[in-house]
Order: sequence, then structure tokens, then C-alpha cells
Amino acid sequence: MTPDRLRAALRGVPDPQWLDAALRRVAAEPAAIARLFPAAARRCGRGPLPDPPGWTADEAARALLLTALPADQAAATAETLYRHGDAAEKRAVLRALPLLPIGAACVPLLHDAIRTNDTRLVAAALGPYARHLEQSAWRQAVLKCVFTGVPLAVVDDLDGRADGELGAMLAALAAERHAAGRAMPADATDLLDRLGAGSDLTTAREA
Amino acid sequence: MRIFDPHIHMTSRTTDDYERMAAAGVRAVVEPAFWLGQPRTSAASFVDYFDSLIGWEPFRAGQFGVRHHATVALNPKEANDPRCHPVLDLLPRYLDKDGVVAVGEIGYDSMTPAEDAAFAGQLALAVAHDLPALVHTPHRDKARGVERSLAVVAESGIEPGRVLVDHLNEVTVKLVRDTGCWLGFSIYPDTKMTPPRMVELLRTYGTERMLVNSAADWGRSDPLLTRATGEAMLLAGFTGDDVDQVLWRNPVEFYGQSGRLDLSDLAAPGVTFAGNSILRGGE
Repeated sequence: MTPDRLRAALRGVPDPQWLDAALRRVAAEPAAIARLFPAAARRCGRGPLPDPPGWTADEAARALLLTALPADQAAATAETLYRHGDAAEKRAVLRALPLLPIGAACVPLLHDAIRTNDTRLVAAALGPYARHLEQSAWRQAVLKCVFTGVPLAVVDDLDGRADGELGAMLAALAAERHAAGRAMPADATDLLDRLGAGSDLTTAREA
Repeated sequence: MRIFDPHIHMTSRTTDDYERMAAAGVRAVVEPAFWLGQPRTSAASFVDYFDSLIGWEPFRAGQFGVRHHATVALNPKEANDPRCHPVLDLLPRYLDKDGVVAVGEIGYDSMTPAEDAAFAGQLALAVAHDLPALVHTPHRDKARGVERSLAVVAESGIEPGRVLVDHLNEVTVKLVRDTGCWLGFSIYPDTKMTPPRMVELLRTYGTERMLVNSAADWGRSDPLLTRATGEAMLLAGFTGDDVDQVLWRNPVEFYGQSGRLDLSDLAAPGVTFAGNSILRGGE
């Protein structure tokens, strides 16, 4: 994902002039983002964008506002906007993180999001920026997706990163589900198959 | 019967309530910030509460197909505790949020000077943020509390049509009916107002600018009394359209003045309301 692609996608929003002016203002006066960020959904809409897939107008507009910040203020401002944000604003910050020049500085926001029970935040924390997340936390987050019904398609680089330990954790969850007479989500059993850890779980899948 | 409960404290309710409300026709709610029974001791406690009103609680409501909005304020009771006053400086941040559709509950509890200051100051915030205001009226010394509230509202310069005066009854309704403010009635199992009494008030004063809520919270209360009131109206000869006006269109019109009501996916196709995203942007 690139800022240019998001900007192109937002040309059709109800009030594109508002967004252009807001981006110029944030570049010139970074503190202005505090009020522009919550207002973005009211001005740009909340619906899904035709492209890029999986992005809504408010997420894209807020991500662009973050990219307009001076580089040396991006990490601290992203953290403040996340801490002060409603659920939609938090989600937008999480999705913007891989676009920002911040290194691993905002990993604590991922930990916060993964701790919540808001599945939209958990999902948003597992995008490309999760490459900075330590492996143990990443495994727990993937397991939480399976546990709470978040599709594994939201997890960036799932197959590249899934390891034997994640396979063991998923197999244990599958065993619990099987014992309870409950099914595992199909995408989790598929992952188990790919990890070669699902061979003894046929009955769990059929349950 | 589609129902918009314009005043209910869902934070204090269970998922069973959400299920029963959704089954009864409750499709949208407004949760006003109020006190929690146990007094707070710092502004930080309000921050967690407000964050829940714009974060976790709307998510929880969404699981049951109920659209959740909030109003935010320092409530009259806790306006008397200086440890809580710093929250007034944090309110502007919350009044910018999409899910916040009014300043409230503000008003009087014991009519102290500290309550005067918080009430007037927060009405000014409503004007500055172009938001409506939800005014709680006191349980004790109610009639004088309502009169004094209306005087503070008039002095603030806020347009009366952007003010909802709540918890009214047979005595206090007369004081508010001709002010231009909206009138709220909290239907309780046996105290503030009951469905049969509410029907009598609607017969006497009509259905315009009249709002019915359950005000359900952590005390003895019932989130289905909005529905019970609608049924009592039908039994008494009111039309389905009258019920829809009181239980849906009136609260939509009042809180719609915020420009922030998001009833997309809920409203009938083609229904629009000034300034509000009945359809999600981009659709």
C-alpha cells in the first residue's frame, strides 16, 4: 500500500476538497491533526473503497493525514491519536503504521489492540506492520483470530511466518474444540494442514 | 415497531438485554454519560468511561444489530466533587467524535453553585461544538429545578430546539411545553413515569417534540418499557404512525441535529435526514 494509491482512491469521496485542504494544513501545522483526524469520517465517508480492497474511506483518509505529518513527529502523534481515538480512529492508526517512517516505535499500539476484544482492532493489528511484533505475541494474536472468528486472510505474511509452535497451539485448540463437539474455522484447519500438524485432526474437522 | 431509545445506560446492562431489545424492535440507542452509582475520584476514571462509550460499548451493541451513540459530559452530581472538575478540560476532545451526538447529561442534582458553573460551562461547549444538549432534571425539588434549568438554557444562547429536557412528569411537562425545547420522559417500572401515564400525557400534549426513553441503568429499570409504551399507545387508539413519530422519528430528528447520527443499514431505502450519513459515504 502507498499513500499515492490511497489518495487516488479517495478522489471520489463526497468532499475531496476538504481532504486536500486538511492534508496541506497538517503538513504546515501538525497540531491541527488532532481535530481533523476525528472529523475525517464525517467529511470523507465510511464506506468500503473499490480499490484498494479491504480499505474504507475513513481509514484511507486518516492514514493519509498521518502520512502528511513531518517524519520526526509521526510516531508520537500516531500514538496520541490512537490513545485518544474512538474504535474507528484506532483502526485507522493501526492500518497506517506500515506507511509511516517510524521503524518499530509503535509496536506498543499493536500490543494494546491485540489485548482488546474488538475483533476489528485485532484484525487491524496483524497487517504488514506486525513484522515488528515479536514471534510469541504474533502467534498469540493469530490464535486469538481463530478463537474469535477473525478470518486468517487479515494476517499479513501468514504462511511465511507460521511455525511449528503456532501449529502446536492450533492443534491444541482443535483438540479442545473437538472434545467440546465444536468445529474449527476452515481457514485454521487449512493452515494446520499446510503446517503438517493437522494429520491427526481429521475428526476435529469433521465434527 | 422500530424503536430508538434516546436515553439508556447500556454499560450497566447485559447481553441478554441487547438480545431482548433487538427482538423488541430497538434498533438504535443513545447512551448519555452519567454517574455510575459509585462516585468517581478522578478525571482519569471519566476518561476510561468515555473511551468505553465511543469504543467498546458501540462494538458490543453492534454484535446485536443495535446502533449505539453517546452523549458526553460531567454529570450534575459529580460536578460537586472538585476532584472531577479536570474532566471539563478533556471534554472538547470527546465532543469531536463521530459517535457523540450531544452534550449530556448536564443540569441540576442539588442546585449548588458548582452545578451552576458546570451546567452553564457545558451549554457553552455545546454551542461551540455545534451540538445539541441533553438536560437531566433533578429528582428532588423537581419543578423548581426545571424552572431554573430553563432559565440557564435561555441565558446560554443555545437554540431551544437543540435542547432536550429529560425526566419530565405531569407537573413539569407544563413548564417545558411552550419553550421550544424537546421533552423527554423516562418510563420506569413504577417511579418516574409509567406507560399508562405516558399515554395520558401524549393525549393531552400531542406527539410533537415528545421523546420516550427507558433510562435503564444499574438501578431497577426495564429496557423494554419503550416498546410497552408503544403498545399502550396503540391500545389507546394512537396510530402506528403516531408511535413511529414518538419512538423513532422524534429522537432521530433531535439527535440528527448533531449531523453525526449514522443510521446506515438501519433506515429504509431512500430515507435521508439533513446532515446525516443515512448511507455510508462512498455507497
